Amino acid sequence: MTWPMMVILILLIISVIFNALGTIGLHRFPDVYTRLHAATKCTTFGTIFMTFTVMAYSIRRYVIMTDGTKFLNMAIHTFVALIALLITNPTGAHAIARAAHKMGIKPEKAVKDDLEDKESEVS
Amino acid sequence: MKRAKAFLSTFLLALFVYLSLTLAAGMPEYSMAPEEPWSQIIWSFEEFVLGISVSLIVASLVDHILCRTEDFRMMNPVRWGIILVYSIPLFIEMAKANLDVAYRIITGKIEPAIVKIEPDLESDLGLTFLANSITLTPGTLTVDIDDKKSEMYIHWIKIGEDPTENIAGRFVKWIRRFAE
Amino acid sequence: MIELTTAFYAAALAIALYIIICALRVFLGPSAADRTVALDTINTLVIGGMIALGAAMMETLFIDIAIVYAILSFITTLFIAKYLEGGVS
Repeated sequence: MTWPMMVILILLIISVIFNALGTIGLHRFPDVYTRLHAATKCTTFGTIFMTFTVMAYSIRRYVIMTDGTKFLNMAIHTFVALIALLITNPTGAHAIARAAHKMGIKPEKAVKDDLEDKESEVS
Repeated sequence: MKRAKAFLSTFLLALFVYLSLTLAAGMPEYSMAPEEPWSQIIWSFEEFVLGISVSLIVASLVDHILCRTEDFRMMNPVRWGIILVYSIPLFIEMAKANLDVAYRIITGKIEPAIVKIEPDLESDLGLTFLANSITLTPGTLTVDIDDKKSEMYIHWIKIGEDPTENIAGRFVKWIRRFAE
Repeated sequence: MIELTTAFYAAALAIALYIIICALRVFLGPSAADRTVALDTINTLVIGGMIALGAAMMETLFIDIAIVYAILSFITTLFIAKYLEGGVS
């Protein structure tokens, strides 16, 4: 086993572990907001590591093969997928959180709620 | 003039995305000379014609959406370089955030609250970047933005002291460099 | 490099398992927002699985589909959130 293979395997294992943590957090936390914490952060991070893995793998294939144009192409496309993920995922989480708050779901065990105070001042 | 500038920037962005997606896609795979690797990363003429016409259509349809304010600071390539540098501290913060959330998933120790912060940024781009950065970092999640008063409401998984400084302070000084 | 192909298939299999676990939350979730969170998580996991399968089968097309899926699922999430907020105004 060579060292580039080790690096790629370690990246892949980190990705799978963080995806697993996100999935467990989705079932373990009590309300919508904390579930969003687990789901958004852990799965985004895991998928980012998956793109890193595929980029490292395809660059490695491009280096060791003389005719591996396809793999360089794959690395660039994976980078575009990474940027799409980084822009869309937190924005989607933000939209869900706002919708949940406007639906009237209170954060469970909350100590303080500034947004609630502001909304009751306006109305 | 403003319209022309908006049109041109939208066109260039669309063309850039198109060309990066079709990089070497039309090439026959094994026909290029292997001793010149950079000759493989090249676009065919048809690719250019199609890319330019699609980008023209896109730019004529959506230029008033992309460039809503009459403000072309982001045309400056130095700011794009700063965004690339900013991705390094952001990545470190994300790694810390994930270890923190992993700890809380395993132990279940939470003390959530929704707090208000005042980051004092003016541009829409800066607020968007700050909201996304906050969502990706330790135990915080943006719930609502008041863009007129530059206030943000953050769901914090473990409440602490001085929210504006502790949540946003690290990012605001980076974001000021490219978005303000 | 043959073992790495196997590793990518194994990762895709693990992600498929996580998708099934998340689907449980879609059925269980007490409120509509919980279901939306679970759906959003499933979308992200599907993108990761597509990328892993694309690397395992050496098909760049899968990664293109993953990009389009990311953008379309984002728009879906925004629409569901807007609907939950109380209609598109």
